[in-house]
Amino acid sequence: MKVVLYIIVMAVVTYLIRMIPFAFFRRKIKSRFFRSFLYYIPYAVLSAMTIPAIFYSTGNIVTAIVGTVTAFVLSYFNLPLIVVALSATAAAFISGIILL
Amino acid sequence: MSHGIPIALGYLSVSFGFGIKAVNAGLSVLTASAISATNLTSAGQAAGVDVIAVGGTLIEMILVQLTINIRYSLMALSLSQKLDRKFSLPHRLFAAYGITDEIFAVCSAQKQKLTPAYMYGMILIAAVGWVTGTALGAAAGQLLPDSISNALGIVLYGMFIAVIVPPARKQFSVLIVVLLSALISVMFRFLLTNVSSGFAVIISAVVASVIGAAFFPVREDSQ
Repeated sequence: MKVVLYIIVMAVVTYLIRMIPFAFFRRKIKSRFFRSFLYYIPYAVLSAMTIPAIFYSTGNIVTAIVGTVTAFVLSYFNLPLIVVALSATAAAFISGIILL
Repeated sequence: MSHGIPIALGYLSVSFGFGIKAVNAGLSVLTASAISATNLTSAGQAAGVDVIAVGGTLIEMILVQLTINIRYSLMALSLSQKLDRKFSLPHRLFAAYGITDEIFAVCSAQKQKLTPAYMYGMILIAAVGWVTGTALGAAAGQLLPDSISNALGIVLYGMFIAVIVPPARKQFSVLIVVLLSALISVMFRFLLTNVSSGFAVIISAVVASVIGAAFFPVREDSQ
């Protein structure tokens, strides 16, 4: 029973965090500074989440570096998301097998 | 919906790991799946399971979720600026459930306005992947060889890179903001280790974006 309570609290807090700005922010933002800020935020968030975490994502820094370089090279040539993501995974997997 | 497929595949592997973790913490397959279905977030759920495992207070649970997930507020605010006129309040209330790092990333990369149908399709397939992966991981996690489950750890990061690199290549300002954000994030990782990873991401992104907005304001007609 206690677990159900935990789950409800988790879910409600997480939902409100997403919902309040999404549902109730209806105006177009006028401030050029703030619009610029919101333009950059997605890229900045993803960058901070990826670096340095990606280097620890496979449990082995060498395979992670191989995967990361693969992802950078393929995305530099504008390949689709799924191709980049799965190629990085395959590169990490193959280098892991070679290492062992 | 096709844009949701890479997300769903990535989720399948990440939530697999969450399923294993939840079972190790003493939760049932059903409980683990229920957490995934109601929360749809990786870091917040992992931290939530830790709180449950040690029998933490509900206040602690609220604070942990706020800290780790507050970045979704920024994402939601950013997305609110590019919603199609079809996005009425009920649609916003439903779609808000599905604002995750990955869905946000893909939605941000869209040139056109976001419609409810577009977001629902992506959220639906992503959520199915997330919950399925959790259930599979919780039920049979230990069966997968390490070589595969380890390699799958990189899949979502690979997707993030694919979102960041093309605009950074085209636009000098984006490149600067992205490098700055990564640099601050690395600093948090190695120098300011007592800051939680959720906060570290928020601070890195906000500082880098403020600097970007101050030095490279976007033109009126862009976005």
